[in-house]
Amino acid sequence: MANLKPGDETIAFELPGIDDHHHALADYEDKEAVALIFTCNHCPYAQAWEDRIVQTQADYADRGVRVIAINANDPEKYPDDSFPRMKERAQEKGFNFPYLFDESQEVARAYGAERTPEVFLFGKHGTLLYHGTIDDNYEDPGAVQNHYLRDALDAALADEEPPVAQTRPIGCSIKWR
Amino acid sequence: MRVCFLFYEDCPSHERALERLREVLDEKGIDANVEVVGVESEEQAQELRFVGSPTILLNGQDIAPPPPDSHYALTCRAYHLEDGRISPLPSPDTIRRAIDAAEKSEPGDG
Repeated sequence: MANLKPGDETIAFELPGIDDHHHALADYEDKEAVALIFTCNHCPYAQAWEDRIVQTQADYADRGVRVIAINANDPEKYPDDSFPRMKERAQEKGFNFPYLFDESQEVARAYGAERTPEVFLFGKHGTLLYHGTIDDNYEDPGAVQNHYLRDALDAALADEEPPVAQTRPIGCSIKWR
Repeated sequence: MRVCFLFYEDCPSHERALERLREVLDEKGIDANVEVVGVESEEQAQELRFVGSPTILLNGQDIAPPPPDSHYALTCRAYHLEDGRISPLPSPDTIRRAIDAAEKSEPGDG
């Protein structure tokens, strides 16, 4: 179960990214909204949603939204989730957001993340607005009925409460050491 | 036809996948007893050559044979859909095609 509930503040972190730079959450405090998404390479749920994550970042970039993806899986058990493979995956799929490696798994544990993918959306005041899944259909983007993340982003940008603040994250479990 | 459904409890799509398998079997008029096997340990995954959840075997053959270098593990499985997308469960068409192939390879009645 997540350690944060709507209204709670961000938990600071600094992690290496696939661009070989370190990224701190504080680097993005000027953004209107930051969507932290715990994800990974190997999980089919993460793969099923990753084009939608890329599209969401593209659609909202001009409005001050930053997606940050974090992989916390143990690469010894799941070699596809290693840092070099993260770089390959990001290039192959055209990731337009920082993709960070939480090798110690401290960030995932601090947030209480459990699944990939799992979204923590923060508004411009640094408080959690939405936590959960991206939308309600991992299998068919055309059949989505509830666009939870996009709806929460629209609400955040309008300085309103999201229509749904929490959903159950659906995906693979984070692979702990 | 021998039908075996292997799953790992941690992967949320397994119930939907089993439902889908049964729907396609019904649609094809196949009255098969589906053997449902929960894979619970890495050792069991190795023993069963389990490449991920869900896995469906028809007469012992995987409906979407994995690459030979696949490793066996307690993990969720990615299926390639007809349009190139990835899904955590096989499409009905994938199951249908595998059933057709399994039926063709079964010995005739005589």
